[in-house]
Parts: sequence; structure tokens; C-alpha cells
Amino acid sequence: MELLVASAVGAMTAAGIYLILRLRSFAVVLGMTMLTYAINAFLFASGRLVVHLPPILRDHSGTVPPDTYTDPLPQALVLTAIVISFGMTAVVVMMALGAFIEGGDDHINMPENDRIMPPLKTIDDSPAEDETA
Amino acid sequence: MNHWLIAPVLLPALLGSLMVLWMRHDLLQQRVFGIAGSVLTLGAALWLTAMAADGQVHVYRLGNWPAPFGIVLMLDRLAALMLLLSAVLALVVQLYGIGSGWDRKGWHFHALWMFQMMGLNGAFLTGDAFNLFVFFEVLLIASYGLMIHGGGPMRLRAGVQYISYNLAGSALFLAALGTLYAVTGTLNMADMAERVAMMPAEDTALLRTGAVLLLVVFAIKAAIVPLHFWLPATYANAPGPVAALFAIMSKVGVYAIIRFFTLVFPQDTVIETIATDLILPAALITLALGQIGVLGTRSLTRLAAFAAIASVGTLMIPVARFDAAGLTAGLYYMLHSTLAGAALFLVVDLIAARRGGDFWLRLRPAIRNTGLVSALFFATAIAVVGLPPLSGFLGKLMILSATLDDPWMAGIWATILVTSLIALMGFARAGSILFWKSHEMDPQPGNDSDEGQRPVRGPIPTRLETDEPIQDVGDSAAPWLAFAAVGGLLAGTVALALFAGPLTGYLRQTAAQLTDPAPYLESVLRQQEGSR
Repeated sequence: MELLVASAVGAMTAAGIYLILRLRSFAVVLGMTMLTYAINAFLFASGRLVVHLPPILRDHSGTVPPDTYTDPLPQALVLTAIVISFGMTAVVVMMALGAFIEGGDDHINMPENDRIMPPLKTIDDSPAEDETA
Repeated sequence: MNHWLIAPVLLPALLGSLMVLWMRHDLLQQRVFGIAGSVLTLGAALWLTAMAADGQVHVYRLGNWPAPFGIVLMLDRLAALMLLLSAVLALVVQLYGIGSGWDRKGWHFHALWMFQMMGLNGAFLTGDAFNLFVFFEVLLIASYGLMIHGGGPMRLRAGVQYISYNLAGSALFLAALGTLYAVTGTLNMADMAERVAMMPAEDTALLRTGAVLLLVVFAIKAAIVPLHFWLPATYANAPGPVAALFAIMSKVGVYAIIRFFTLVFPQDTVIETIATDLILPAALITLALGQIGVLGTRSLTRLAAFAAIASVGTLMIPVARFDAAGLTAGLYYMLHSTLAGAALFLVVDLIAARRGGDFWLRLRPAIRNTGLVSALFFATAIAVVGLPPLSGFLGKLMILSATLDDPWMAGIWATILVTSLIALMGFARAGSILFWKSHEMDPQPGNDSDEGQRPVRGPIPTRLETDEPIQDVGDSAAPWLAFAAVGGLLAGTVALALFAGPLTGYLRQTAAQLTDPAPYLESVLRQQEGSR
């Protein structure tokens, strides 16, 4: 059980990071999803792995030892994390689409003309002799 | 129990939802409610600052659940200070957004602004680690929307990059919280602090891993080297007022570092000086990299972005000591650099708008209002670089004197002083290209980049103008309001310098409160008579 969860978390994290480093928007979105799965499984495991037990105390008489339940808090955390990451994936897909349609390609890195000064003509239509200096 | 504590979170949340649902087509109503929301939040922040000035740690238990089980909000002097700073900044920059016409260039500017404030205020007030994650997400989601406000290919691409980087950061945040929960069994900051203090020294590998992961997450938000790569493209491509609001966003990371590494992982526990050892060299490199960027860049917006990186580097140097003197100096510089950095982004936006959207550092014919704009640029540059008489000079002086007995003192002093000179050269170069040399150019009538960019006379247009082709710059609807906003921020730095004495006294008390975590544990965990 521990081996299964741990190797799943490791494999999904590795796949997620590899995909994110591809630096193309579709791969990055997939990579984010993989990474989120890995984190969710990890969060789940942070409350200790217990099988076949409910997330509540069933017996208040004190005769049953207190480790007969699974920690409910990580389940709540995972639920919150799933909701947030689901919403964020939707947002990033929409924005990646917008950037692809407007920018022409799906690279995550900024194109060169973000850093390199374009010639004066491309910003407005002033004639070239504007650049007297 | 004092319900005022929840006001800075609830108020913007309610108004923001109201704006989206009821007045999505009416810009005038959005403006009125947006400004009202910011003013009311500022009022609440003032009230809370007055409340926190008594030196108590005020606790608000959501749903009245007792502390380690329910979520708590926690108000101390630092939280109040940050609330006040962000409320002032948000209000002034929002006025600029209206005056420069930026809020007409896309949908939901004011609603997103409200949600951004909700996230910021929540992050400052919360006393629960997972709740901090949730408020980080709230402010990030709002910032994604604000970042791409107005659209355009470059801005959208920068937005995708920004989101991707921060989503990875959020995943890391969850991993850090999971690790810490696995070790301590709690997510309440005060409770976690108590358990960390009791942890046996030989069994702390996981705890240290969690603490450093958390440090990495906050360093991403604060854009500390080597995790700063998202910042230049994001801030340079964001709309001017949004970039100015983001001046407080990187400070949220700094705030979270201060909060966690004074309350939960102070230096006398098993964590020892791990935070200092990591942060101080990184801060020095951040500062150097930022100021070299200021000198090296050929784009005006990137110049402001690199100045923002440098300001975080400067303020992390004293904060990394996590002692009273260092925190006092760091907090003063935080107040200063937030106002000055925001003013710089606004001035850059004013200049770019008057050059037809050309934000590259190259010669153009002299711009409209060149006298006023160049005076504002000059004053802002003085504040950002840290020359007298504005507050940047005092801030750097306090940092230098706080690090006087530091083993790294020579390195710190050399870095701060040399990089200040580099930044001074960078700003002098930019100012001379933008204003002095441009006067020598003959503005030919056909080449005037201001053509078609004249301010609209008459009442401020109140319809959203998204049907028009979106211009990259604000053609100003009420230029006086834009100028007044920049002037207000600069007046803030003047006030910081004028009232440096009483302010430093308050900050000293704030730092003293931070370096003594016992009252936090007392108020959050023990005094629970209200929660029955």
C-alpha cells in the first residue's frame, strides 16, 4: 500500500515536471494536471494511510482505541485542492487558447520581441526618418 | 468576539460579487461601488490598526469553533500594518485606473480589484496555514484576471507564463502543507508553533523539509532569486495600474516569510538559522540582479519590474536576520518600496501612454505634459533609488545600521551601496533618453505620436469600450486624476520620511511583538472563553 502510493506520487510528479518543462501550453496543462494528482495523493497520505476505516469516531465509550478511524482533515484538504486546481486548469486552458489565437504559437516562453526593441515602424506608422539618433 | 476582523475580507467579497452580478454593463456604477469598497476597506483597516495598536493579539474564531479545530483570523500590529498599506495602495491605484481610462479597456476591472483586495486582506489576517493557501489562491485568481486586463497577444502570453509558474508554486505550497501536517498534525499556525517547539531535535528531517518547501513557495511569490523568473515579463506586460497593485503582491510573500519564520519556526527551535542562511545570500543576489537589470534593460516597463525585484532584495536583507532591529528596518523599507514601486509603475504608464504606447527607451519627440511627467519621474526615481530627501534614503540608512554587527556586514554594505549607484545610473540614463534628449528632437507635425491620443473633453465616458480595437495604452479620460494618484503615492513617501520618528517607534513595537511569539499562542489557544 505504502509502496503503491509512494511510487504513484513519485511517477506522477516526475511525469508532471517533465511535461511542464516541455514549455508548450498543452503539455504544460497536462503536466499541471499530473502534478496536481500527485499532490492530492500526497496530501491524502499525509494523514497516514489507513484502509477500510471511516473518517469519524464511531464509538465514544473509550473502549475502542482511537486509531480506528482515518484522519478526516486531509480528505477535506484534498477536496479543497481538487476544486481549486480544477478551476485553475479551466482558467489556464482558456488563457492558453487566447494566447495561442492572438500570439500565433503555443510556446510558454515569451517571444523575442518582448525583450528586443522592435524597429520604430512596427509600433506606429511614422516614417523611418523619425529615428534620427 | 470582535466581528470587525472579518470586515476587510467580507466587504470586498460582497461588493465584488455584487458588481459581477448586478452592474456588469454599467461602468459608472462599477466605479462608484469600486471606490466605495476601497474607501470602506480603508476605513476598516484604519479601525483595525487602531485596535491592534494596544499590542494585543486579537483573534476571530470563524463559526466560533475552538482554536486548533476551527479556522482563526489573527490581528496583530504587522497584520494591521499590511492591511492599511494594501488598502491605501489599492484605493490610490484604483483612482489612477479610473483617471487613466484603464478600467474601460476590458471587463470587470473593479470587481477583480475587489477580489484581489479580499485575497490580500485574508492572507494578512489568517492564522491558519491552509487558509493562507486558500487566500493566496483567491488573490492569484483575481490577479490572473487583472494581469490580462485589456488583452493583446504579448499580455496574454505573459499571463499564461505567470499562471503556469504560480500553479506550480501552488502545487508546491500544498506539498509543503502536507509535509508539515504529516509532522505536526495541525494546520493552525499557533498550534503548529507550539508543536514545533516541542519537537525532539533528532527527528526533524521532515519538518525541515516542510519549512524549506514553504520558504521556497513564499520566495516564488516574493520573486527572490533564483525564483524570480516570472516577474519581469509579468510586471512589464501587465496594465500600469495592475502592475502598481502587484507592488504589494510580492510583499505578500515577504509577509508570509516573516509570519512563518517568526511565529512557527523561530530561530531558537529545531529549525535554527536555516531561513537566515538561505535568505541572506539570495537577497543579496536578488538586489544586485534587480539593479543591474534596471541599468541594463532597454524597456521602461522592465525597468520598473527590475526595480521591484531589487526592492524585495533590499528589504529581505534585514528581514533575514529575524531580530527586532532587522525587522524594523525591513518593515520601514517595505512601506517605502511598496509606495515608491507603485508610483514608478504609474509614472511609466503615464509616459508610455504619451508616447503612443512605445515603452522602449529610445528617442521620441517630446511628450505631452513633459514638464509635469518628467518631474514625477524624477521624484519617483529619487524615491526608488534611495536618495535624500525621500523615504528610500532613510530606509536604506536603517538597513545599513541594522546590519552593522552582522558577520556579513561588509558584503551587505558593499552590495547595497554599489547597487544603489548602479540603479542611479540606470534611472539617470532612462530619464535623459526620455526627457532631455527628446527635447532636442524636432517634433514634426506628421510624426507626433500624440496624434489621435488627445484627452477626451467633457464628462468621463461611462460605457465599456470593449468593442473598439484595444489600444495598449490609456488614452486618458481624466488626466488630473491620474496625476493626483501618482502625486498621492509620492506624498506617501514624503510622509514616510517626515513622520519617520513616530513610525519607527510603531514598527519597533511591531517587531518586538513578532519576536515574542508567546502571546500569540496564549491568545489563540488558551483564551477561548468566548468559544463555547
